[in-house]
Amino acid sequence: MLRLSATTRAILIGLVAFILIFMYVPLLVLILNSFNLSNISSWPIETFSLKWWEFAITYQPIRTALLNSLIVATGSMIIAAFLGTLVAFALKGYDFFGKATVNLLVVLPIALPGVVTGVAFSNTYSNFLSPAGFNIGYFGMIVAHATFCIVMVFNNVFARLKRMNPSLQEASADLGAGLWQTFRLVTFPQFRTSFVAGALLAFALSFDEVVVTIFTAPPGVDTLPLWILKEMSRPNQASVVNVVATVVILISLIPVYISQRLSRAQDEVR
Amino acid sequence: MSTTITKAGNRPLSAYLYKRAKLRLFSLLALPMFWIVGVYILSLFLLLVTAFWFVDPFTSKVIVGFTLDNFVSIFTVPAYISTSIRTLLIALAVTGLSVLFAVPLGIYMAKIAKPWVRNALAVAITLPLWAGYLVKIIAMRLVFTEEGFFNWALAPFGLSGPTFSIPIVILTLTYLWFPYMALPVFTAIRQIPPNLFDASSDMGAKGFTTIYRVVMPLIVPAIIAGSVFTFSLSLGDYLAAKFTGGSTQMIGSIIAANINLNPPVAAAFSMVPIAFVVIYLMVARRTGSLERM
Repeated sequence: MLRLSATTRAILIGLVAFILIFMYVPLLVLILNSFNLSNISSWPIETFSLKWWEFAITYQPIRTALLNSLIVATGSMIIAAFLGTLVAFALKGYDFFGKATVNLLVVLPIALPGVVTGVAFSNTYSNFLSPAGFNIGYFGMIVAHATFCIVMVFNNVFARLKRMNPSLQEASADLGAGLWQTFRLVTFPQFRTSFVAGALLAFALSFDEVVVTIFTAPPGVDTLPLWILKEMSRPNQASVVNVVATVVILISLIPVYISQRLSRAQDEVR
Repeated sequence: MSTTITKAGNRPLSAYLYKRAKLRLFSLLALPMFWIVGVYILSLFLLLVTAFWFVDPFTSKVIVGFTLDNFVSIFTVPAYISTSIRTLLIALAVTGLSVLFAVPLGIYMAKIAKPWVRNALAVAITLPLWAGYLVKIIAMRLVFTEEGFFNWALAPFGLSGPTFSIPIVILTLTYLWFPYMALPVFTAIRQIPPNLFDASSDMGAKGFTTIYRVVMPLIVPAIIAGSVFTFSLSLGDYLAAKFTGGSTQMIGSIIAANINLNPPVAAAFSMVPIAFVVIYLMVARRTGSLERM
């Protein structure tokens, strides 16, 4: 055991408390401010009210932005789920030259700063595709998001495949099942939970992404984070921004929560 | 199950593929690699190509050509050099601050806290990671503004918090990326066998000496793995500087400001964070820490 003097212990506990305060106070202040009656954020809050929540629910630009966010997150989740699973199968089942490179390529879009990824896509769209007469528009945003979401699905499915028993697939083939039948009836049910968990993380990642979105969103199209960003460029922070920010926290945390519950449930079964 | 199972001979495609591992591998990798290499890597390459183009000073249209001026300007324009150095120092400060917080937190969680406290803390640290990037920047802006929470809390002591400047940028970036450092450090400290602590204390070392001489050397690989994220993500950031840094400029600010005005300059400047990150990854790789990521 690590033995520490009472003073050292007290210092440690104090530091941990300080870190937690540092992490949670800003988020709590933000969430509380979404119930602030005043037009702009303030502290301490004088009157609490649901005024800005009611306003946000009916305000058309926010609803449009929410819809865009959901479309982009769903689209990139589907693409990432498909591509991430394919890479996971390739890296699990085969040894080949360049395996480490493929792994690095999947991680790269999330390891490089968002501004680089965003500028790279934006440059391709506006300086190469547009002059060639191809206008990617709305889909460009989904392409960019899907690219950095692949790693989420890949990580989850790959971790599960590594622990799976390959003899079940061989048994299935021995009994005469084709590749597709084996996949559908034997392999997929075994990694379905990780697949869903990874896809949910991809959804959450895309939903609150903003830097890549700034550069790839077509003119006039806002996602929720993009809408917040535009509001933030005004001098005082309007209370309604805090409502939208709270919604973004909720919509990102719910899929993450479900995803972690799924992963844990799977670990307990086995 | 009512699925009819037919003979292998009736499945020519499966039988064909079964014998050809390379073809199966190819069919698995074709689409994902087309996406990542054909779309993403190609875009990065085209960005590099654009960095050699220039903008017509009169029409401000992008001219396809070849010039090294954009790269030369990175190393000669004083404002660009100072921004690069400032960004590098901010990224290093964020990494240092994250280590400073992560080590005591990890020691407390792994070796002192009761199991339920440990589990609760693990959740408490992971949760904000998913609260949303922009949301956290707004939250920091909200608590550090003039009439914000911190000035309110410090006022009774006759103190006032810092105004929006480089220190707040460093704090905000630490707030954003701290979990990437905290989690690997915690895992590494947990894996240290308890008898090492017994041995250290048998030989007369006090708590602090044990932490410094026994714990620290063992968690260096985890710190490097975490620092890849704290460093590279801070290096490319510009919204934290924009909203919590007053007039602070970072490399990302220059890239973002130029992408519409002068794409070739933005493209050339994008190579700066890429170069920093690649160098950092190569150094980290030499220490063998990347396997832990």
